Amino acid sequence: MAVFNLNINGKQHEVDVDPSTPMLWVLRDHLDLVGTKFGCGIAQCGACTILVNGVATRSCITFVDSVGDKEITTIEGLSENGDHPLQKAWIEEDVPQCGYCQSGQIMNAAGLLNANPSPSDEEIEMAMHGNICRCGTYTRIKKAIKTAANS
Amino acid sequence: MTTVKTKLDRRSFIRSSALAGGGLLLTFSWLAPACTTDSPKQLTMPDEWYELNGFLKIGNNGAVTIMSPNPEIGQNVKTSMPMIVADELDIDWKFVMVEQAPLNTDIFTRQLAGGSQSIRQGWNGLRMAGATARRMLREAAAHEWKVPVDEITTEAGVLYHTGSGKEAGYGEMASAAAELTVPEEVELKDIKDFTIIGTSRKNVDGPKIVTGKPLFGLDYKAEGMVIAMIEHPPAFGMKLKSFDATEAKGMPGIIDVFAIKTYNDDYEWQWSDITSFTELVAVVGKSTWEVMNAKLMLNVEWEPIAEDNAQGVPVGKENTADHYKKMEEAAVNSSRERRRDGNPEEAFKKAAKVIERTYTAPFQAHNPMEPMNFFADVKDDLALLAGPTQTPEFMEKTVAARLGLPLEKVDVQMTRMGGGFGRRLYGHFMVEAAVISQKVKAPVKLIYSREDDMSYGIYRPAYHALYRAALDADNNLIGFHVRMGGIPDSPLHANRFPAGSVDNYLAESFSVGTNISTGAFRAPGSNFNAVAEQSFLDEVAEAAGKDPIQFRLDLLKRAQENPVGSNNDYDAARYAGVLEQVREKSGWDTNSEGKSRGVAAYFCHNSYVANVVDITKKDGEPVIEKVYASVDCGIVVNPDAAVNMTEGSIVDGIGHAMYSELTFSEGQPEQNNFDMYRLIRHGEAPKEIEVHFVENNIDPTGLGEPPYPPVMGALANALYKANGERYYHQPFVKNSIG
Repeated sequence: MAVFNLNINGKQHEVDVDPSTPMLWVLRDHLDLVGTKFGCGIAQCGACTILVNGVATRSCITFVDSVGDKEITTIEGLSENGDHPLQKAWIEEDVPQCGYCQSGQIMNAAGLLNANPSPSDEEIEMAMHGNICRCGTYTRIKKAIKTAANS
Repeated sequence: MTTVKTKLDRRSFIRSSALAGGGLLLTFSWLAPACTTDSPKQLTMPDEWYELNGFLKIGNNGAVTIMSPNPEIGQNVKTSMPMIVADELDIDWKFVMVEQAPLNTDIFTRQLAGGSQSIRQGWNGLRMAGATARRMLREAAAHEWKVPVDEITTEAGVLYHTGSGKEAGYGEMASAAAELTVPEEVELKDIKDFTIIGTSRKNVDGPKIVTGKPLFGLDYKAEGMVIAMIEHPPAFGMKLKSFDATEAKGMPGIIDVFAIKTYNDDYEWQWSDITSFTELVAVVGKSTWEVMNAKLMLNVEWEPIAEDNAQGVPVGKENTADHYKKMEEAAVNSSRERRRDGNPEEAFKKAAKVIERTYTAPFQAHNPMEPMNFFADVKDDLALLAGPTQTPEFMEKTVAARLGLPLEKVDVQMTRMGGGFGRRLYGHFMVEAAVISQKVKAPVKLIYSREDDMSYGIYRPAYHALYRAALDADNNLIGFHVRMGGIPDSPLHANRFPAGSVDNYLAESFSVGTNISTGAFRAPGSNFNAVAEQSFLDEVAEAAGKDPIQFRLDLLKRAQENPVGSNNDYDAARYAGVLEQVREKSGWDTNSEGKSRGVAAYFCHNSYVANVVDITKKDGEPVIEKVYASVDCGIVVNPDAAVNMTEGSIVDGIGHAMYSELTFSEGQPEQNNFDMYRLIRHGEAPKEIEVHFVENNIDPTGLGEPPYPPVMGALANALYKANGERYYHQPFVKNSIG
């Protein structure tokens, strides 16, 4: 166990956990931030996606002792009032079915738009490849990303 | 206007809700209702709520809370069921808040997610709930204004008496209405008067989903809660022998490690009790990561199950190659006749052309994105359970029996589910959580890793189908023979099309025993037989020199005008209707240039769906450019949500047919996570999906499953046009057995 000072959603958080604890479980079990989801634990499904210094990252394989003072953004911190362009687009296009994968989809899309504000369809498909939606909302996700990019 | 007898009793709701108040461990966020996204940002909470019946309460300020009775697995009944109540109540949707109802068998019937039946079976009850409340409000106004109730009208939450010019919002009359007796008879709206049903409304949980609010079972938290995980046998045909927990118990954060038995020996299993492994090792600790690490340090010994095992399954460790061989043998040696019309043997003997094809499909795992989990807080005299379940009512009985508690001392709260697809019909994990909580005397959240989940079982069975068609010299279909089976259950639906359209028809089934557990998977049976049947009909149409749509329509015409046999389980006119609509919308006859197109249609779970799949080539690889869907599900309650369901089913169907396969080696699943088990990804989905609904006033039927099977057949048929290859074995990406 060790104490880590983490910069999450613009606030400082102190946690006392084993250094090998993935950020996914630091967030969910120790910081009450359950928006970041557990789907596979081996970075194959994307449900755990957060931003680390604005870059989409799978939190299930990001150990807490590797983060240092980097800026972490989770779905809860993407906006103050749920009004990030992606969140608004997700509502406008009524994207979710079960909704479980959608935090990860949105955060991955946020990472994409940070790096490429005007992605083509193919670039969206490639960037989002690692995010599984078992309910099959892929066509709506693509539409919402384009809506957000154009707004 | 239809008048119906009501079956509602508000008093029982008040009685039951007092007991449900035992769920004091719920944090406020769990009780916070979902506002419709039309809601003004500051929808003020009323000072008082008045319960008019078990489905709804009205605040003194006119806000309305509607309970959504059924489990929510992504089929969006949490929006569409309240929409039905709200329409008959006659209020503006923007003043509605929705709450997930707990299990409450006094008020609600069939709180179950499965079979695509929520709307179909809930339709009348939901309408009555809204209509009776509206009636009570009118009676309250009539009483207050001293006018006949027949002179009171409503519009969007306001009561009017035109004669005197009096008007009042529902909120003003709610208190008085709540005192009235629930009427025994009530009028329902005419369909043409619907103001909410038939209009698109956003997912009521949308804002919470996109901001990461706690919603799912895996998110559930309670004071003093500990985490548990289980270890189950690595292979089917095995059971727990012994274990050494010394190392695991010594790991940081670990509270206890012990064996659990999911069922008492004398328990009589219900259908939802399917359990692959009844003896497990449980690890309990303070946090998930600590428990996961301790699980790795378990030393467990497994042994083969006994010959006379309670499940009655064969012993041994099974292999995929044997599975397909066994199905082939059983097809020949142990098929049983299920339906016979005319003289099929004769028809095949004298046929000018006989076409014979065999189709197979593998075991598949459900893999909802949220792994299995459940919360249980079991005390001596009260058990509170909360989590993702498709069958709370059945499982409440199981848990009560297992704990030795009466039913009314078991409280089941339903969280939103991260997918179900049939997997969460089988609630063994609810029992496991309860047993663990009882043992450690603490609130427990049991979670499964993806590996635990994917290797646990209760799979979609493997299947095998033989189809034969007999054509006469004029290319008429004179004989049809289907023989299908599975491990363990046959997917055959003997009375479905083309039965009823062919003079000489034979349907047979067979089954192969296994110790691998199986269960219902999105559109059970249909999720294979539609694909096999619709690809086969395509080949027969081609052999007959006929257009595939016209070929089917001709058969359906026969089934409608002069059906063969009785007991034909479909409406031929509606079946033809979706084919005709998809033909028109896809421009099948006019706009097929440059596209490789396949068509299919199927009827299951009371709804009819037809698809056209368009494939183009990019760098030699097939690309699914567009899929058309024509759907007849009667009245469409929430159109855009219905489109979403259809789109999702199409993506899901294509994905499973193309890529997904579970194989076994010595009883062990060879895939236990998404690195090895392939699911469809963004770039593999159709570039465009276009959905049309057949318009009619038939009472609504379901959409969770009907759009899933046929697209797989249409895909196979389109792939044939694209590369000249027929697809007989799933997954199509392999198109070979095993």
